[in-house]
Amino acid sequence: MKDATDNAPIRGLAHQDAIHDSAAKHVTGRAEYTDDLNEPSGLAHAYLGLSECAHGRILSADYTDVLAHPDVLGVLTAADLPGVNDVSPNGKDDDPILADGMVHFLGQPVFAVIARTRDAARRAARMARIEYEALPHALDPIAARDAGMGYVTDPLTLKRGDAAAAMADAPHRIAGRFAIGGQDHFYLEGQIAMAVPGEDDDMVLHVSTQHPSEVQHMVAHALGVPNHSVVVNVRRMGGGFGGKETQMNLFACVAAIAARRWNCAVKIRPDRDDDMTATGKRHDFVVDYQVGFDDQGRIRAVDGDWYARCGFSADLSGPVTDRALFHADNAYYYPNVRVSSHPMRTNTVSNTAFRGFGGPQGVIVAERMIEEIAYALRMDPLEVRKRNLYQNGQLTPYHQEVTDQILPRIFDELEASSDYHARRQAVLDWNAKGGVIRKGIALTPVKFGISFTATWFNQAGALIHVYNDGSIHLNHGGTEMGQGLNTKVAQVVAEAFQCDISLIKITKTTTEKVPNTSATAASSGADLNGMAALDAAEQIKARLVEFAASHWGVAPDRVAFRPRAVQVGDELVPWADLIRAAYMARIQLSAAGFYKTPKIHWDRSTGQGRPFFYYAYGAAVSEVSVDTLTGEYRIDRIDILHDVGRSLNPALDRGQVEGAFVQGAGWLTSEELWWDDKGRLRTHAPSTYKVPLASDRPRIFDVRLAEWSVNPERTVKRSKAVGEPPFMLGISVFEAINMAVASVCDYREPARIDAPATPERVLMAVERLSR
Amino acid sequence: MTQLRFLLNDQEIALSEVSPSDMLLDHLRIARRLTGTKEGCAEGDCGACTILSGRVTPDGLVYEPINACIRPLAACHGTHIVTIEHLAAPDGGLHPVQAEMVEHHGSQCGFCTPGIVMALYGLWMTDPDPSEEMIETALQGNICRCTGYRPIIDAALAAARAGGQAMDALARERQDVARRLAAMRQGRVDVSRDGHRAIVPADTDDLAALLVQQPDATIVAGATDVGLWITKFLRPIPSAIFIGALMKDIRHEDGALRIGAGVTYSEALPMIRRHLPQVADYWLRIGGWQVRNLGTIGANIANGSPIGDTPPLLIALGAEIVLRHCDTRRQIPLQDFFIDYGKQDRKPGEFVEEIVIPTPAARIAAYKVSKRRDSDISSVAMGIVVREEGGTIIDARIACGGMAATPRRATAAENALIGQPFAADSFAAAGRAIADDFTPLSDMRASAEYRASVARNLIRRFWLEQSDPDLPVTLRDAAKEVA
Repeated sequence: MKDATDNAPIRGLAHQDAIHDSAAKHVTGRAEYTDDLNEPSGLAHAYLGLSECAHGRILSADYTDVLAHPDVLGVLTAADLPGVNDVSPNGKDDDPILADGMVHFLGQPVFAVIARTRDAARRAARMARIEYEALPHALDPIAARDAGMGYVTDPLTLKRGDAAAAMADAPHRIAGRFAIGGQDHFYLEGQIAMAVPGEDDDMVLHVSTQHPSEVQHMVAHALGVPNHSVVVNVRRMGGGFGGKETQMNLFACVAAIAARRWNCAVKIRPDRDDDMTATGKRHDFVVDYQVGFDDQGRIRAVDGDWYARCGFSADLSGPVTDRALFHADNAYYYPNVRVSSHPMRTNTVSNTAFRGFGGPQGVIVAERMIEEIAYALRMDPLEVRKRNLYQNGQLTPYHQEVTDQILPRIFDELEASSDYHARRQAVLDWNAKGGVIRKGIALTPVKFGISFTATWFNQAGALIHVYNDGSIHLNHGGTEMGQGLNTKVAQVVAEAFQCDISLIKITKTTTEKVPNTSATAASSGADLNGMAALDAAEQIKARLVEFAASHWGVAPDRVAFRPRAVQVGDELVPWADLIRAAYMARIQLSAAGFYKTPKIHWDRSTGQGRPFFYYAYGAAVSEVSVDTLTGEYRIDRIDILHDVGRSLNPALDRGQVEGAFVQGAGWLTSEELWWDDKGRLRTHAPSTYKVPLASDRPRIFDVRLAEWSVNPERTVKRSKAVGEPPFMLGISVFEAINMAVASVCDYREPARIDAPATPERVLMAVERLSR
Repeated sequence: MTQLRFLLNDQEIALSEVSPSDMLLDHLRIARRLTGTKEGCAEGDCGACTILSGRVTPDGLVYEPINACIRPLAACHGTHIVTIEHLAAPDGGLHPVQAEMVEHHGSQCGFCTPGIVMALYGLWMTDPDPSEEMIETALQGNICRCTGYRPIIDAALAAARAGGQAMDALARERQDVARRLAAMRQGRVDVSRDGHRAIVPADTDDLAALLVQQPDATIVAGATDVGLWITKFLRPIPSAIFIGALMKDIRHEDGALRIGAGVTYSEALPMIRRHLPQVADYWLRIGGWQVRNLGTIGANIANGSPIGDTPPLLIALGAEIVLRHCDTRRQIPLQDFFIDYGKQDRKPGEFVEEIVIPTPAARIAAYKVSKRRDSDISSVAMGIVVREEGGTIIDARIACGGMAATPRRATAAENALIGQPFAADSFAAAGRAIADDFTPLSDMRASAEYRASVARNLIRRFWLEQSDPDLPVTLRDAAKEVA
C-alpha cells in the first residue's frame, strides 16, 4: 500500500535515461548469447567448406578424407538438400545455400561437414578435395560493367526537371568519379545458429538474427515444411548493424537441414575469417557525377551514375542501391536531377544491409559535389551547404515534398556551440604556416528518410500478458542487438500502465509469439514495435478502465492510471489489487498489438511517391590533424547536434549517435576491404581489417540531442528513429581530412580522396597535390 | 610431474591430458562452461576473450589482462586465471568497474563487455588514477563496435575515482594465491593428449637439455603468433616446449640492456622508459596491452617475421643476441640472425637466451606507420640511431621492417649520412638514397609506392624532430596544441 500511495513518478518513464535492461548481465558475463545457451545432449556441429575459386565450375568433389575423420558424421552438399536450395530474401532464387555445380565467389559455401565437435568439423572441412575449372572473374563494378556481367536486380532512375538542359545552361559544370569502399560489419558476436529437431516436422532454432521471421520462412522452405513447423528464437545479438538481416539465413538452414538429417541438435558457428569471407558487407560504389551550379554556388543540375559492387546475387542490393539514390541529395535541393543505379553482378560475396543501407554512399557523393563547388568558387563549403539546403515545400528527386526541415536551426546552434567560424579561421592560419601537420575542419549535415522503402515491411506486432500478480510479460517482433530497443519499448509500456519498469519482463523475440515480423532494420525498431506494444497496452488498459468503472461503480472518465495504482473515483487502487480483481472478474489480461505506418506509398516504376514517413536530421563538425609525411591522422574534436525528435531515452540515443558516428568514421578511414587479383578478400580478420579503437575516438566529443525537436508525425511519443542517421555524420571526418590535404596546394582544388581515406590514400593525395 | 596445474578463479585445476593445441578459451567455454568469456576473433585482436592472468614475479604476484583465445592451456601452468565470473565487489554486488560501466551506459550489445571489463579491471588494480591516454592504452586490444568508446572511458575514470583496490578480492587473497602458485611451479611438467606432447621445463637449464633431446619441438613463449598457427591454420603441433615463465632477467650494465628472451614487452617497459625513453611511445604501439603482456622480445626476434616490431629498432641500436645450445653460448649481431624470409641463424637445439641492447648516447628514434594507430601490423617500421660530433654525422644506423623479406639495414641511406654535416641536406640525400635500399612489396597493408614514400619521409621526420624539438611535426604535438 505504501507504493500505491506514493505519488513519485514510476521508474522507467519514457523520455528518461533508463539503463539498458541487460547492462548488469553484460558486465558480469551473465547475458546469454546463442553460443552460451545450455547445449542439448548429443549436439553435433556443422562447419562450412568454402570455395577456393572466384568463378568456376566444380569438376569434382572428393570427400573421402573428410568422411574418414573419426568424429565426422557426414557431409552435406547441394545434392543432399531436402527442400529448395535457396535463401534469397527477395524470391529471385539466386542465393544457393550450397553451391550447385558452379561457384561465383571465392569463399562461397560449397559443402558442410557435420561432426561431433566443432573442432573436428572444422579440421575435416579442410580435407575435401575439390577441383574447379576456373572461369574469368570480375571483382569491381566497373570491371563487371566492362565484362558485361549485367545487373543482379533492376536498376532505378530518379528524375525531376530536365537535368541535361539545365546542366548545359549552368554557368559552371564539374564532373568526377568517386570510388567508395565497402565495410565489414564486424559484429563482435559472429554468425551462429543452433537447430533442435522436435516431433513431426518441428524445428526450433536459436540464432543471432535481426530477422527471425525470415529465418523461419527460409528454414521452412529449405526443409520443405510449412512455416508453422519452425520456431526461431533470438534473445539478443552481439551486434548486428545489418549484417544479420539476411546473412543468418544460410547458417540457420544448414543447421536445420543437418539436424533433421542426423536427428540431433546441430550448431554452426564459423570462425571469424570464414564469417568475414563468406558473408556480405556494405556495398562498394563507383560513382560518376556531374554537377552544374551558378556563381553563388547554387546547384542547377545533378547527373550521376552509381555503380555498386553487389556480389554474385541480389540479396538486398535492390533496396540498397535504391536508397543510395534516395540519399543522393542528402539535404540539398536539386532543381534538375537524373540519378541512376547500376547494381552490378560481381564475383564477390553478395553484399547486404549495413547501417544506412546505401544511404551513406548517396550522401557522401552529395558532399563531394558540395566540396567541388566550394573549391571552384573559393568559398567555405559550409556556405555552399547552406545555400542549397532544402526549403519546406521543395521536392526531392523522388517527388516527396520536404515539410519538416530543421537543418537551418541545427546549423545555427552547432556553428555557435562548436565555434565553427573562429576555428575554421584558426585552421586556415595554422595551415598557412606550411608545417608538416595540416588541419582540416568540416561541418556536414544529414537528412535521412525513415521507413522501409518496401512499404509492406512497415508493420509490427506485440504481445503483452498481465499475469494475475500484476507482473507484465512484454514481447514484440523487434530484436535486441545492443541498441536498447527492448528497454525503449518497455519504457513505453511502463508509462502506459504507470508501472515501474522492473515489473515488466522483457522476453526473447520468438516467431511463436508475434508472427510475420519485419527485420529489425531501417532504424525502425522503436517506431514500429513501440507503437505495436502501445496498442496492446492500450487494449488492456481499456478493458481495465471498463472493469474498474463497473466494479467500483464510477464513470469511466473517473478512472485514471496513476503511478503504481489506478485512481477509481476518490479511491486509489494499487495495481496488483486491480489486476487481481480484474482476473477474478474474468477480464482478459492479454492483448496482441499491431501497428502499420500511415501515409507512405512508393511507386518504383515511376520513381515517385512518399517512401518516407518523416526525416531525421543532424549535423557534425569535425576537426582533424593530418601528418603529411605519412598520411596518418587524428580526430581532434567533434561537435554533434542530432535530431531524435522527443527522445524515448536520451542516454541510449546518445549512445547510438556516438557509436554510429565512430562506425561511420571507421568506414571512411581505416576500414579497408582489399581483394587480391584471385578474388580473395585479404582483410578478413581484425588483424588485417582495422575498425576504430578507443584511441581513434575523438579527443573532444561534444554530442548533443536537439532537445527542442518534436516529430511532427504521430510516431511513438513523437520520437524519431536513431539507428542509422548519425552514421552519416562520420562523413564530416572525411571532409575534414580532405581539407587538410587540399591545404598543401593552397586549396586550389579539392583533394578528391577515394574512400576510405587510409593513410596511404592520404599520403598519395598529398604527393599528387604537392607536385 | 605429469599434471598441469593452475588456479581457475577459486578452483585448483590439475590436468593430465593436455595437447599443445588445447587453448584456454575452449577450456573455459566448453570444458568449464564459463561462458562469460567470449570468442570474437580467435587471434588476439578483438579482446572479447580478455581474462586476467596472475603469476608470481620477483616483485610479487601480478595480474595482467591477456587473450584467452591464443593462450595455450599448457602455458597457464602455475598461473591464476581470473575470468569475468570471478569479478564482484566485496559484498558480492557489482565491482566498481562493472557498476560504472552500467551507470555510464558503457555496454550496448554487451559481447565485448566482459573483455573490456577485465582489461579495465587490470588497469584499475595497477593504476588508481589513470589518464584518458592510459585508459586508451589499456584498451588498445579491445574492440567495441557499438559505443564509440566514450562511455567506456568515462566508466574507467569513474571506477578509478571509486577506488577500493585494497579491499579487492584478488588483493586480499594475494599472499595465499602466491603461495599456492609457487607450490605448483616445482619441476618439469610433461603432459600429452592424443600423442601430442606439451612440456613446461623446470628452468632454463632444463630447457637447454630438452631441446638437445627434442630439437624439433616447437618453442612457445607468449604464443601471440603460435596461437594463430593453432586457431587459424589448424597446424598440428606434435610437441611443444612452453618457455613463457623462463629467462625473465632484465638488467642494465656496461651501457647495455640485457634482456632475457622470456621478458615480455610489458615487463621490459619500465627499463625501456628509463634507458631508452626516446622509444617508449613506439614500445606502446607493439600489439595491444594483452599482447604486450604475453609476447616476448626473444620470440619477436626468434620468430623471424619481416614485420616484427622490435627488430628494426634493435638492429639500429646494434643489438646482439645470445644463442644457447646445451651449455654452449654464442653472441651474434641481431642483424646477422635474419638470413632470409623464414630463415634464421638458429641451429637445431639452439634457442635465443638473451638480447643485449646498447643504450648509446646518440640521437635515437623509432617509427611505426600502420593503417590504424594502435594494435596494427606496421606498413613500415624504422629505427634510426645517429651519432654526431661537432656538427658532423660520425655514425648512422637505420633499419627497417616491412620493406623487405627480413628486417634489415638501409645501408645506402646510412652511407649518405656518415661523414656529412648534421643538416637538412644530408637527411634529404639519405631520404633519396633509401629508395636504393629496398624494393618493397604491395599487399593489403600498403602498396610498394606508399612504403617507399614513407621510408623517405621518416628520415625527414627524424631531421625535423632532431633539429627543432619545438616544431610540431607529429600528430601528438598537434593534439597538444588543440588541448
